[in-house]
Amino acid sequence: MLVAEKIGKKFFGVTALSDVSMELLPGKVTAIIGENGAGKSTLMKILSGVYSDYEGAILYNGKEVHFANPKDAQACGIAIIHQELNLIPDLSISENIFLGREIFTTWGFLDQKSMHQKTQELLSRLQLDVSPETLIRDLKLGQQQVVEIAKALLSDSEVIIMDEPTSAISDHEVAILFNIIEGLRKENKAIVYISHKLDELFKIADNYIVLRDGKVTEAGTMKGVNHDLIIQKMVGRDIKIIEKRHRIAEEEVVLQVENLNLYKKGDTSRLVLDNLNFNLKKGEILGVFGLMGAGRTELLECILGMHATTSSGSIRLENTILEVSSPSQAIQSGVVLVPEDRKKDGLILGLDVKTNLTLSSLKVIEKYGFLSQEKELALTEKYISSLKIKTSSPHQAVKNLSGGNQQKVVLARCLATQPKVLLLDEPTRGVDANAKNEIYKLIISLSEAGLGIIVVSSELPEILTVSDRVLVMAEGKITAEFNTAEANEDAILKAAIPQTI
Amino acid sequence: MNIVLDRSKLSKFQSTIALIVLCIALSLLSDKFLTVDNGWNVLRQISVNICISVGMTLVILTAGIDLSVGSVIAFSGAVAAGLLKSGLSFPGSDLFIGFTLLGTLLAGIITGALLGFFNGWVITKFKVPPFVATLAMLTVARGFTMLWTKGYPISSLGSNFAMIGTGWFLGIPILVWIAFLVVIAAVVISNKTALGRYIYAIGGNENAAILSGINSNKVKIIVYTLAGVLAAIGGIMVTSRLDSAQPNAGMSYELDAIAAVVIGGTSLSGGRGTIIGTVLGAIIIGVLNNGLVLLDVSPFWQQVVKGLVILLAVMIDKANSKTE
Repeated sequence: MLVAEKIGKKFFGVTALSDVSMELLPGKVTAIIGENGAGKSTLMKILSGVYSDYEGAILYNGKEVHFANPKDAQACGIAIIHQELNLIPDLSISENIFLGREIFTTWGFLDQKSMHQKTQELLSRLQLDVSPETLIRDLKLGQQQVVEIAKALLSDSEVIIMDEPTSAISDHEVAILFNIIEGLRKENKAIVYISHKLDELFKIADNYIVLRDGKVTEAGTMKGVNHDLIIQKMVGRDIKIIEKRHRIAEEEVVLQVENLNLYKKGDTSRLVLDNLNFNLKKGEILGVFGLMGAGRTELLECILGMHATTSSGSIRLENTILEVSSPSQAIQSGVVLVPEDRKKDGLILGLDVKTNLTLSSLKVIEKYGFLSQEKELALTEKYISSLKIKTSSPHQAVKNLSGGNQQKVVLARCLATQPKVLLLDEPTRGVDANAKNEIYKLIISLSEAGLGIIVVSSELPEILTVSDRVLVMAEGKITAEFNTAEANEDAILKAAIPQTI
Repeated sequence: MNIVLDRSKLSKFQSTIALIVLCIALSLLSDKFLTVDNGWNVLRQISVNICISVGMTLVILTAGIDLSVGSVIAFSGAVAAGLLKSGLSFPGSDLFIGFTLLGTLLAGIITGALLGFFNGWVITKFKVPPFVATLAMLTVARGFTMLWTKGYPISSLGSNFAMIGTGWFLGIPILVWIAFLVVIAAVVISNKTALGRYIYAIGGNENAAILSGINSNKVKIIVYTLAGVLAAIGGIMVTSRLDSAQPNAGMSYELDAIAAVVIGGTSLSGGRGTIIGTVLGAIIIGVLNNGLVLLDVSPFWQQVVKGLVILLAVMIDKANSKTE
């Protein structure tokens, strides 16, 4: 259906893709696999018309095509769900979905009614239970991703490219997405599926292509290959998946949360977090699992003092009440957060590695009230080497780093504050398999050094890999607690699914 | 590779190059341009704009804007002049407070600081967009000026006060000394202190800055207060130079300041830019103004040329950041 022949692309003389050929077949899901920077996104941007200057040829139904812009590609029937969300926050779901392809009445006015209706259909097909008039701004990241998917479904495309569609959504929504993909497959659409989550690919993909450094290293059908083989082709060497570990943490409690309630803003009758009680021990990794909207992120935000006016209950840090009303106070007390969305909340992308890394601990590098460049570089170098951050120099802009290394910079910034409790919200989102393992190892070694760590994640394997103990949340409540040794995926998932569904 | 490197180097120094080209062109076109007298003249003229542009740079680096500086100039200048001339008396009572020269200068600067602090407070506490908050202050401070001066200039302020605007120290005009010290202080703050880091961080990504433990409201209040203080210093300079506090002093100075910041390569969306860039921007505007006068260009055309130069500067900057 869509054939790419010997595609090549260079950026400022640096080869991003060379000699890449592939074929997309109707009714098949093709997985594109590769580490960050392997060229997956570049290839997809060429196929969807974002980049119009490239080497090689694209054949669509046997005819050569050359898309000048995304609109061209769309008109041809190629839709892409971008990794970065392309939604306008202040427009509603339906306005976003119909952006640029609005339905008009015979009088030339917008036909809100039929657009709403169509949006409603799409949303219920995707099992997203919100009104089409909801503003994107008011949706959670995961819900926004579902809207992005809805947008692609609307156009009735023949080729649908999904670039990391599940990076922000929970397993429950992944299951819904897979059902939809199954449906599209039956309609004979060609689907490209890019994901770091190899387990997903084994469930959903028919064919695969592995990219490494802009070249195809392996291609074939998913049947007959296994996990290890694909990882080997991706990185060019064997990497060991971290062994699960089961360790009983020390007894000393570092963080104690009692009767924590969080009220909905502007509607104090509704609880976002409902009477949470738990503790975190010194040197323990506490996993918090929950589906979208379970209140995982809000829990971390409460500990960080971001909802001081709308929450109640008590939080104790090392037996003293933690009374903070802003992240800056929390950090001074010894609690620090690695946020879920590193580009939006974690990093100052335009600034360099050292500035980002030292931002939370400038007090340490001050000398007579002025910043000491010497101390700053020493601190930066220390974390670059201990966290193995790959950067050409401390002066490199963080936006030029890969996802995994960016994440390590955020982590380093947090560690430089010498915290007692480390909060991690989706610590490996949008990070490739290799870097993921490194981050897991890092988390584990930090806990072994005595740090109390809370890991919030929507990826079950992640939770099971790193945590000593798992809390499961649903609809703002803690519904179950497991020691990882006795936890299994089914039981956790069961506890995570809201009772009202 | 070499070509890429050279290009980025070139774009870094583009304002310097533009300034040099401008100076060469003007000295060829007019034999009055490249004289010592004219040089000091230009520097004295731009010293006020440099002071307020430096404050404006700090504000714009946090992704804000301060439209009120022109009115703050007028009000703090008028406060200083009024207190110096007739002290502070309270109607209906015998209480009278006289001011020394130093006291009046301090009072002027405190006036600017309070107005700037108010800007910062409104912007952070009530989340009023900086554009709106400082637009309101532009009107309010001008109104205060009119009330304080009753619409008449306050003139003949004595030779000591006039020294600031007309005197020389170590062979350099005092006005230029003030601008020079302000620039040095601002360069040190922006490059060498935690406050400077926080300013860039907030402009680059406020969410990330807050989660990094930065008290962004406090930093913003400090920045707007600093902008107010620098505007007040500018106000004293203007008043002293004219030996008179004019009720309509500083009118539309905020636009020249913003122009200097923008020509100097600071991004209006915050997080990117330098004090030195702004100083170059202010010098370019000053030299251009001076040159156009020397060449006898009509004032109407002067405005057109100035506007086009601002536009050109930003277009070049955009084109460069694209190729990066």
